[in-house]
Parts: sequence; C-alpha cells; structure tokens
Amino acid sequence: MSMRKVAVVGAGMTKFVRRAQETPKELSWQASRMALQSCELTMDDIEAVCLGTAPDAFDGVHMNGEYLSDGAGAWRKPYMRSYVGGGTGVFVPIQGWYHVASGLFDVVLVLAEEKMSSFYPHAQAAFLTIFDHTTERALKPNLLWIFALEMNRYMTTYGISKEDIARVSVLHKHNAAKHPCALLGDADITVEDVLNSETLAWPVQRLDVSPVSDGAVAIILAAEHIAKRITDKPVWIEGVGWSLDTAYWTNRDLVYPRYVEYAARQAYEMAGITEPRKQIHIAEPYDPFDYKALHHLEGLQLAERGKAVELYISGAAALDGDMPVCPSGGLLGVGNPIAAAGLMKIAELFWQLRGEAGDRQVAGAPRRGVAQAWGDLMQVGTVVIMGR
Amino acid sequence: MTVKIKEFPGTSLSEKDFDEGKILFNYDELKGEFAWDTGIAIGSYLAALKEGLILGAACYTCHKIVTPPRTVCEWCFDPMDEYIPLLDTGVVNTFSLCYVTWDVQRIEQPEIPAVIMLDGASSLDSGPIMGGIMHKLGEVKPEKVHIGMRVKAVWKPAEEREGSVTDILYFKPIEN
Repeated sequence: MSMRKVAVVGAGMTKFVRRAQETPKELSWQASRMALQSCELTMDDIEAVCLGTAPDAFDGVHMNGEYLSDGAGAWRKPYMRSYVGGGTGVFVPIQGWYHVASGLFDVVLVLAEEKMSSFYPHAQAAFLTIFDHTTERALKPNLLWIFALEMNRYMTTYGISKEDIARVSVLHKHNAAKHPCALLGDADITVEDVLNSETLAWPVQRLDVSPVSDGAVAIILAAEHIAKRITDKPVWIEGVGWSLDTAYWTNRDLVYPRYVEYAARQAYEMAGITEPRKQIHIAEPYDPFDYKALHHLEGLQLAERGKAVELYISGAAALDGDMPVCPSGGLLGVGNPIAAAGLMKIAELFWQLRGEAGDRQVAGAPRRGVAQAWGDLMQVGTVVIMGR
Repeated sequence: MTVKIKEFPGTSLSEKDFDEGKILFNYDELKGEFAWDTGIAIGSYLAALKEGLILGAACYTCHKIVTPPRTVCEWCFDPMDEYIPLLDTGVVNTFSLCYVTWDVQRIEQPEIPAVIMLDGASSLDSGPIMGGIMHKLGEVKPEKVHIGMRVKAVWKPAEEREGSVTDILYFKPIEN
C-alpha cells in the first residue's frame, strides 16, 4: 500500500467549560483560527475540512455538520462530518489522515466541537436514546449503568480496589491543574476526596466521572513536502487503527475491551511497533471514567490484563514516570466535550512531542505517543500513534 | 504551542449569570413521536415474553445461542432464524447500585441494574460470547447482591403482560 507521510503541523483549542457563552459555531471558529495561526496558515491554504461532533441530540440541531460549517471554514471546500460516538475525537484525525495520505489533499483542517450544555436540564437525558428503543429503553436505563456495570465486572474480576482506581482520577486532575484550558484541574485532590464523593451508581462516584463540558479543538494536517516547509518540528501520524465490537453489549464480557486491542494492533503494525511498552513513551487513553483509563491501557497492550493500576501505584504513570498517562489531565481533568475531548488528546501529543507542553511537559524527550478514544454504546475503539 | 499561547478563548458562564438575567437564551421543546416496528426477530421475542418465555437465537454454523434474537449471526454472517426458549434463570455477570434516574433525579433506594447470563444460552465458561440480558434485580437487599449470584425472573401476571421486556418485573435471588 502506497501512502504519503502525514504530519500534524498546528493545533488550537478553546477552554473546556461547563457552559460556554459562545455558540457551537463560535467555539469552532475560535479553535480553527488558533490552529491556523499556530502554523501561520490561512483558510486559503486549507484544501478540505474534516469535522467531528457527537450526537445531534445535544444541540437539538439536525445535520449539525451543516450548522457548524461556517465556524469550521468549510464553505466551498470538500467537507465531511464523521461520527463514531465518543470515539469521534480520535477518529476524525484518522479521517483527515487518509484524506492526505491518499494524495487527494495536501493540507486539511480537522476540527472537533461539542456543546453539551444546551440540552435541558441535563445532557445525561439525551443519552437515553443510545439504548435499543425496544429491548432496553423500556427499563429506563441511565448512561451511568453501563459504566457502573463494566467497572464492577472489571474490578471484581481482577480484585482491584476502589481506592486504587481513584488514583487515576487524582493523577489526571493533578495534571489538569497545569493545563490552561482545564475545567476540573485540582492540584490538591486526594484519593479520600474521590472515595467520599457522592455515590451515583455504585461503584461509580461523582469524582470517578468526567464533567459534561463545552469546547472545541482543531489541528492542521499536512503532507510531508508541505509539512517540512511549514515547520521544523512536524509531528508525524505513524499509525492509525479503529475497530468495532458487537453492539449487543450484553453478549460479551465487559472485563476487557477487545475492540481497543484490535484498533491498537492495526495502528502498531502500521507504525512498526512490536513492543509497545518500550516504544510508546506517552499514553493518552480515553478516560471518561477513571477505571476506563486502566481498561484502555490494557487494550492498548501497555499493561497486562488487570495490571494497569500498577502503573499508577508505582508512579510510572506520573509526568516524570516511565509511561506518563494522560499528561494533559484527560477527560477527568480537562473536561469531556465528547468529540473535542478526543482531539484534545491528539493536540496534547503534538505539544508534548514538540516539547511545548510547559508545566505538563513529560520527562525524557519523548519520541512517540498513543492517543485513544472509545465510544458508541461501548464497542468502538479508535487509536492514533504520533511520533517525531 | 501551549507555552507559546497565553490566552485561550472560551467564556465560562455560571448559574448566577442566568439567575441574574445577564444571559439571553432561546428555550424550546422538541417533540418527536415514533412507532418502531419490531421486525421479525424482536417481534418473536416480544410475543414470547407475553407467553412468559425468553427467546434466544441459535447459530448452528458457529454454535452460539444469544439473546435478544436477531436474523443474522454477526460472528459468521449466516442466518440466525431458529429461535429457542432459554431458561428464565441465570447468573449475575455484573450489577450496579444506581442512585440516580435516567434524567438525573436522586433516589433513596437504589435501582439494581444487572447483566444476567441466562441458562440455556452461550456461556462465558466455554468462550467469549454469552447470552446475557440487561435487566434489574429485586427482592434483595443491595448489600447482598454479588457477581455470580443465581437469580430467576419474576414475571407479571399473564393477563397483564403486553409483549415487552418489562413483562419481566425483575430477577430475584434463587434461595439455596
């Protein structure tokens, strides 16, 4: 397969906030503009636009892609929205990657936007419609159910304590305290705070969960010959992968995310990675709930099954550890505007690998990182490997 | 870049801004009504629930029995057109004690959603696929629930069943 090399050459993002004054269009434009300015390009240089945004139900706007098109700079350009639930934020850069890798376009804007606060009174209720209308919705399921069911299966199977799982939330919120766009950064939070927070759906407590948020993130992708003219520090997309498991989620064991493993193996093979634990230096697994980061680290083959928590106990997951996890602060700390949260992880790897992450900069001049997102009703895995 | 940029856009609003009338907004309600056809497989499933039976679908090509029924086996893409009754007993695969409703209202007594691996369907003891069903547990103290617990369906009286997954009220522990 003949594919061109593709680099990330610019990135921008808005603050992630509980409720933004700006409209979705305005957030989109702000992030896109910042990404363009970061690499001194203008909209004239952009040949195509890829948009990621999650369910239309949040906005109450059907065909949200068209609605956002002016803020996305999409007019008179090839423009396409992709949507794979929570996996969207790491899928949309994959879409941008194949636009460029294929030779079809040289420079592409990739934008992810989410405004969840419009849904009234709480975005949670919009999630009811992700369950099967006939066989599941009659039970009035809550989105928290599936996370709680999965977390319980995971922690009980491997005998992992809630105290240890809470370490994930604590580390990510500590990291987020150093992120200028973070909603829930907290340098002082402790495991006790997590364990003392309100029980929503045992074993899930308030501080095990990422916040509903508004925000937008954009990156610029360029083909090799252009990327080298734009910047002397391109960050290459070295591997991509995505995979779907059965949507009949009660027909499989929730203890392990096979779809993440399949997506990761696809991406590792493309990137020539044979020993991910040695060759990956930064991990940004999807962390809408604290146990999910552990679950996904195992799917990404960065820990044995049931052992990911040891990265946190040993300190390896910290900014100065051997395998920093979510140096951005993740969804738990920076916030979770769904599609934008995934693309935030790509932007974080871009900044980390260029050595521009400021107080969050991980130790040891990292060479390569992995970002991953997860979505649909718990069966989509999307993975991107980036390196310099 | 984060070190190069000092100011990030995005303006955070607080509840106070709304209470004080500082923010203009447009409130609207979207109303949608739907009548979903049940199709062949789920139609059979619902009809059987009305009779007090839980149907599974069998694939004789790759040897799986799962529920709810469907017309295609997604593992081998062969037809799944034989529907067989499973038992209404099984094992709790996982559960939660949920203190909020679907629209985030707080409740004192938790709902107990669970995934139940039904007897007569594919089992995790013999492979990665299981015939699991999402439902709720009842007639049990929350602190007594555990993974691996044997449970049995409690049905609505026959005359009240309407062909819905709620014809099963909940699953309760089987006394040892």
